[in-house]
Amino acid sequence: MIGHTSVAVGGLYGEKASGPTVDFSYVGIDAILEQMRRKAMKQGFELNIMVVGQSGLGKSTLMNTLFKSKVSRKSVLATSQEKIPKTIEIKSISHDIEEKGVRMKLTVIDTPGFGDQINNENCWQPIMKFINDQYEAYLQEEININRKKRIPDSRVHCCIYFIPPTGHCLRPLDVEFMRRLSKVVNIVPVIAKADTLTLEERDFFKKKIREELRANGIDVYPQKEFDEDAEDRMINEKIREMIPFAVVGSDQEYQVNGRRLLGRKTKWGTIEVENIAHCEFAYLRDLLIRTHMQNIKDITSSIHYEMYRVRRLNENNTVVAHANGIPEHHLAAHEM
Amino acid sequence: MLIHVSVHRSPPPPPPATLYYEHWVNLRARSQSLHLPLFTTSIKHERNHGNVPLTQLLRHKGAALTQQAEGRPLSSCYRFTRSLLLTSFLCLIVFQEKEYVGFATLPNQVHRKSVKKGFDFTLMVAGESGLGKSTLVNSLFLTDLHKDRKLLNAEERISQTVEITKHTVDIEEKGVKLKLTIVDTPGFGDAVNNTECWRPVTDYINLQFEQYFRDESGLNRKNIQDNRVHCCLYFIPPFGHGLRPVDIEFMKALQDKVNVVPLIAKADCLTPTEIKKLKERLREEIDKYGIKIYQFPDCDSDEDEEFKQQDKELKESTPFAVIGSNTVVEARGQRVRGRLYPWGIVEVENPSHCDFVKLRTMLIRTHMHDLKDITSDGHYENYRAQCIQTMTSKMNADKRVESPIPILPLSTPDVETEKLIKMKDEELRRMQQMLQKMQQQMHEQDL
Repeated sequence: MIGHTSVAVGGLYGEKASGPTVDFSYVGIDAILEQMRRKAMKQGFELNIMVVGQSGLGKSTLMNTLFKSKVSRKSVLATSQEKIPKTIEIKSISHDIEEKGVRMKLTVIDTPGFGDQINNENCWQPIMKFINDQYEAYLQEEININRKKRIPDSRVHCCIYFIPPTGHCLRPLDVEFMRRLSKVVNIVPVIAKADTLTLEERDFFKKKIREELRANGIDVYPQKEFDEDAEDRMINEKIREMIPFAVVGSDQEYQVNGRRLLGRKTKWGTIEVENIAHCEFAYLRDLLIRTHMQNIKDITSSIHYEMYRVRRLNENNTVVAHANGIPEHHLAAHEM
Repeated sequence: MLIHVSVHRSPPPPPPATLYYEHWVNLRARSQSLHLPLFTTSIKHERNHGNVPLTQLLRHKGAALTQQAEGRPLSSCYRFTRSLLLTSFLCLIVFQEKEYVGFATLPNQVHRKSVKKGFDFTLMVAGESGLGKSTLVNSLFLTDLHKDRKLLNAEERISQTVEITKHTVDIEEKGVKLKLTIVDTPGFGDAVNNTECWRPVTDYINLQFEQYFRDESGLNRKNIQDNRVHCCLYFIPPFGHGLRPVDIEFMKALQDKVNVVPLIAKADCLTPTEIKKLKERLREEIDKYGIKIYQFPDCDSDEDEEFKQQDKELKESTPFAVIGSNTVVEARGQRVRGRLYPWGIVEVENPSHCDFVKLRTMLIRTHMHDLKDITSDGHYENYRAQCIQTMTSKMNADKRVESPIPILPLSTPDVETEKLIKMKDEELRRMQQMLQKMQQQMHEQDL
């Protein structure tokens, strides 16, 4: 909040408290920010994160670590079955969390069974269908005659893709999946279980991955083309040099140097999850939650969703046009 | 000889508590919101010390705490309090670090983006000429919107119709950009025969809604211009005894399309008692005729008493009695905006002289966002629902009409399909009843 105290001092009417001095040039339009903020606090926020990756890569643990509470599917469902499902299922679990007066409805969408079969062809299709279904639901609500004041937002804002720490390069499955999904959703690739890589191996692996992403034309978040101005570009360039983040997740605490920290304890030492010298979990958390959360949501709603909407409307225009016997280019022309 | 060396003379090795000071400061703020008990509140005054190693502070405080213990060596008490404090806030810090995720910065992220984009606001002023509308707008926003306008004389005005004029000005203050549009309605209520003089106004508002509707339903939604009218200030002359027929008709015509805020113009010709009487009269008449003016939203139950009190005062002083002025005069040894009369000086920004300050606070500082919300969620949605219904009924009637906006197959069934479904349901039920009867008969025959 830009600091002008006349709104805060004296309650509603700052002038009464500040006395007879009149500020000739102050209208007070910056108070609209405070109004927006109060409204936002009252309404709360929504965030939908999807985690995709083979089983055993630590997806559920990472979600628990990110939000410091048991939000993943395994913690919530009593039957923690370890069997690999025959087909990909999509399981979404919602939680209401609150911090410092800010309320958030967090939905974690899990995809058990991805990449676990013998033949993994088209394993991305159920996921793409799910994402498009969410866009469709939002679109239907938006074009309804009597639509709700605040349309419930179930669109997937961010998809975290877990890359197994092979240390060499991306697998064909990874490339195929990311290529298709980067067009409909924001993808954040992470290197899972990064405690098996030394720092040199990690750097090499990351460089290889970045090259491969570039070679295949895969645009992961933060996308280069959506940078708005120089300031954004600078910040995002720094992030782009660090992706994919090498993360280690843990929801157990250990005593290190007199402090209790989340980590993994092994015979040769304890890996601290939030220590940036050990792994890059802190960067991922800062990116996703503390700095770029709103940006992720905006790109989903103003770019990915709009593309879906345009596609749907054009499809329908051709249907309507054929029904009416009017050539389609007449209808589409005056919209653009 | 043994030299007694007491522990407190040699400074103890600093524990990793040097880092904790910053955490401590944040922790105090957070713990208040988390409703956690704090062990000591005396440290809060040390806030401005910056990164002072906490052990120094504790030593100072610990010594102060144990000042009463005269004659006793300070060392043991001091050590005890220090360890107590350290362990207590160690627990708190761990508790806090364990739980702190960080999404509380979300409102700031939203706010950063809006500041970059800027805001827009459209204000309409309506009322007869000479009631001080332009002056008031200039006083509110500290601009000069009508630098070179020509005022028509009476002859020219006989055949004039109501026009709609728009002025846009960009205001920036403390980094926040506002694109303000003022819509003026010169000629309103000026003619001899004023029947339907609000028609151009309602047409203009509908036009803005329609344009927004088209933009919103179109394919390229990136840069939609929001020209919908967010608020209409209606000026009631102070000379009469309440609402005149033209006032009633105008407000009723506009109540469902825009937020109407009635104002008593040129309030410096009324004494305080007269103003009070007039306001009561106006409020009664607004209720009597069922005119829906803009209502201030109720404040939450968790706001403090002072806020609630001020909100109550605000609601009780509607309609606001305003005076506008852009000239600066000298009053009580200060330069203020006001009007200079031989019998005194009317100060525009003095709350005891007029309600200008209340109007400005309400319009700009506290309720601007609410006005925009009600326009977009209430008035615009009504317009949109009506528009879609008329369009679909027209389309059903005449199949060859091309839809100006793209229409997708709607999920809610229309009226005719629902009727069909109901008919079929009735038939089904009747058949089921007949079946049951037949079954019963067969059953009785068998017995």
